[in-house]
Amino acid sequence: MSTSTQPSTPVGKTARWVDDRYTTSNALRRNLGKVFPDHWSFMLGEVALYSFVILLLSGTYLTLFFKPSMVDVIYNGTYVPLKGVKMTEAYASSLDISFDVRGGLLMRQIHHWAALFFVGAMTIHMFRVFFTGAFRKPREVNWVIGTVLVLLGIVEGFAGYSLPDDLLSGTGLRITQGIASAIPIVGTYVSFGLFGGEFPGTDFLPRLYAIHILLIPGIILALVTAHLLMVWYQKHTQWPGPGRTENNVVGYRFFPVYMAKAGGFFFIVFGVTTLISAFVTINPVWMFGPYTPDQVSAGSQPDWYMGFLDGAVRVMPNLELVFWHHTLSLNLIVPAVVLPGIMTLLLGAYPWIEQFVTGDKREHHLLDRPRNTPTRTALGVTAITFYLMLWVSGANDIIATTFESSINAITISLRILLFVVPPIAFTITKRICLSLQRRDNDKLLHGHETGRLLRLPHGEFVEIHAPLTQKEQAEILGKVDMPVLALETVDANGVAAPWALVNNLRNRLSSWFYAINVAKPSPAELEAAAGHFSHVSAVELEATHRHREFEALGGVLHQPSEDESVKH
Amino acid sequence: MSDTTHGDTGHGHEVEPITYTQSDERGRILLGLDEHRSRRTDTSQRAAKRAERQIAGMFTFAAICFVAAIAAYLLVPKHDIVWVPVLGNVSASNLSLGGLIGLGTLLIGVGAIQWARALMPDEEVIQERHELRGSDEAREDTIEQFRRGAQESGFMSRPIIRRSLLGAMALFPLPIAFLLGDLGTAPDDKLRHTAWGNKPRTRILNQGSGQMVRPEDLAVGGLINAIPVGLTELEEQEGSQNARAKAAIILVRMNPDEIKSTQGPNWDYEGIVAYSKICTHVGCPISLYQQRTHSLLCPCHQSTFDLSDSGRAVFGPAARHMPQLQLDVDSEGYLVAVGDFAEPVGPSFWERG
Repeated sequence: MSTSTQPSTPVGKTARWVDDRYTTSNALRRNLGKVFPDHWSFMLGEVALYSFVILLLSGTYLTLFFKPSMVDVIYNGTYVPLKGVKMTEAYASSLDISFDVRGGLLMRQIHHWAALFFVGAMTIHMFRVFFTGAFRKPREVNWVIGTVLVLLGIVEGFAGYSLPDDLLSGTGLRITQGIASAIPIVGTYVSFGLFGGEFPGTDFLPRLYAIHILLIPGIILALVTAHLLMVWYQKHTQWPGPGRTENNVVGYRFFPVYMAKAGGFFFIVFGVTTLISAFVTINPVWMFGPYTPDQVSAGSQPDWYMGFLDGAVRVMPNLELVFWHHTLSLNLIVPAVVLPGIMTLLLGAYPWIEQFVTGDKREHHLLDRPRNTPTRTALGVTAITFYLMLWVSGANDIIATTFESSINAITISLRILLFVVPPIAFTITKRICLSLQRRDNDKLLHGHETGRLLRLPHGEFVEIHAPLTQKEQAEILGKVDMPVLALETVDANGVAAPWALVNNLRNRLSSWFYAINVAKPSPAELEAAAGHFSHVSAVELEATHRHREFEALGGVLHQPSEDESVKH
Repeated sequence: MSDTTHGDTGHGHEVEPITYTQSDERGRILLGLDEHRSRRTDTSQRAAKRAERQIAGMFTFAAICFVAAIAAYLLVPKHDIVWVPVLGNVSASNLSLGGLIGLGTLLIGVGAIQWARALMPDEEVIQERHELRGSDEAREDTIEQFRRGAQESGFMSRPIIRRSLLGAMALFPLPIAFLLGDLGTAPDDKLRHTAWGNKPRTRILNQGSGQMVRPEDLAVGGLINAIPVGLTELEEQEGSQNARAKAAIILVRMNPDEIKSTQGPNWDYEGIVAYSKICTHVGCPISLYQQRTHSLLCPCHQSTFDLSDSGRAVFGPAARHMPQLQLDVDSEGYLVAVGDFAEPVGPSFWERG
């Protein structure tokens, strides 16, 4: 080791000690100055990450007090309404955390709120990645990891709110058991295996606890690490803008700018979560009472991220097949097993589906503006609309009681709307995207309307249009006009080739994906527009100067008098 | 935007004309990095000082919040309830601890971001991306290394070793999977029996009053949630709520001539019918009864059953009727269940038939 500089500070000495052993300087030299691009939407993933850290911290605290046991005890804590009531230790310790541990309620609420934010932020982050095309090559695997993370987040959240063993959480577990039983062939054994026998038994909560605090968080932690390492290694995508190309990253350095911004943002997420937990009660388990399988409260609602699944189960027609002494509950396995399975598969496979359609195998580091890929954006909105329709279906009873209408009519309407609304959303979204593209072109060629009117010497009035800023122009001009696929469908002899069917399909799909497009202006048109702007601004400049000179000479701006304006 | 309205500065401020000549191979028109605009903190020492004081102020206030939070932990009694406008009655401890810790952390975050925005460099830096694919040379070398290792190991040239290893590896997970066998007891016919079948003619316990039910306890239109007598003792003995999860019933009385059908001949008693309370959909306890239509609605997924018509599923995702219990009255005038349900209660399962 060379000894060109001798560290004198304790930090310097520690750094040398570490570097002597692990060559840390090598990695740090390359990474401290790493440039990250900036855009507000890149924060969404950060919210998810920080919520997960908050979950780990608050969850660890809760394990110190929570007792994952289904052994019955008689409650004798400080919450008077439940004194003397028989309940499981799990529920009793949840009450103790809420009432007898100082800060316990705060931690419980932070944990619950952070879970809601975690899944929410992941979902919206996923929307961002989808609509901007950030999932394209070379980031397809990270998209799949993200899909798995959302799924695990949902399962983890459900496991978490099932643990306190209050009436609401027990009802959720009962539904889980019912769905598990419906699985063909092995369902009964799955259910008996999960619950250690019949429902509810006494084994399930301790098992769920191990899954909730060890197994799933461990997998999430590993996947999050992989997710971040890939972002770091492949470098972040960037929004089109001045100076940004497929081959560079324009932004600010990790150290110090992003260390301060991202570090600060962690504290903001923590602070906001804590403040919400201080002011807004979430999951007041003491109000629900202990779980018992023969009671339920009307209007029971799961946490938001389970809503779509609950909705799917609610609107599913009652199809059940009985054959050869066996029962196949389509009314459960279709909405609760098949549907989420298909949704997850389509989601995870989307990067490859789009590649199949577009034939685009190039690397992408510049993001698409959602309007510039109308079909993808419309597909995304269609999927979100479908999801939201399911989600609304999960609240069909709340809608019925709120609007005092028939639950039957609402459920039947939702069954229809579930398939009618998404295609409408598709068409509307695609139209809006194309209109926005036209609007972009219009702004490029004609500029912003400024609302300033100019009267020319010969009496003509013109409105001043200001050219877009360089940043605004660069964002619009970053659009790629994609060609429609034209794959060979006949071989050299003019005979339909064996692959003709596939190629034909791809050509058609590609045409559906890209054919309707608003091409952006050519450089010549842009130059012409720029020339026009400089002419107008010269005229305006001159007029302004004349006015100034006029004022300097003591002149007064001519105001048209009433009868004059009538004449005009 | 050419800022021509500010005559003084606008004079002589020549805006670089944008050129549209650069493009990439995908047809994007590329524009160069735009001019960096200085912040006030870049140009004015006073503004920079003010930002410095603001940021330090936030960090200091955060520290005060944390000290105050410790004081709140020690001083605010944990069971005190305070009334706060909008929030209503809330825990004073939760409010003060959460408010102070939350505000403190929020201030650290806002301070750090303000520090980055106002005082750290804000001029954009351009960094080239490195190519992600390995070089042809590296690829070929890797393949060569792999070939060498494969050959040296003899993995391909010694098929007996390879096949026996693959066979062993394929079997390796099986014993591990078998170890999960004792996760639960075998289902046997547990799902087909409930506590009502433990002995014939079981009396019925009103869950609300804790009394055994007589026919006269139920007026027409009335409803009682009930369990078999002895269930609580059975639960104590088993240490679980398993028996309750199957045996819970509801009793409803209607005019005998309103009963369109029952699941067996005369299974009602003078207009009183007993049905399982556990929904045949996914097992939620059904609790909403509409007297006028005799319909029973599950609050979980809104399956609706007509109790005047054999408990038929009339709406919602449930496919099967609610199982009925045959009623009678014993010599002392108490209502009894003649025997067990004729079919499994609760959600469907594969072997149900």
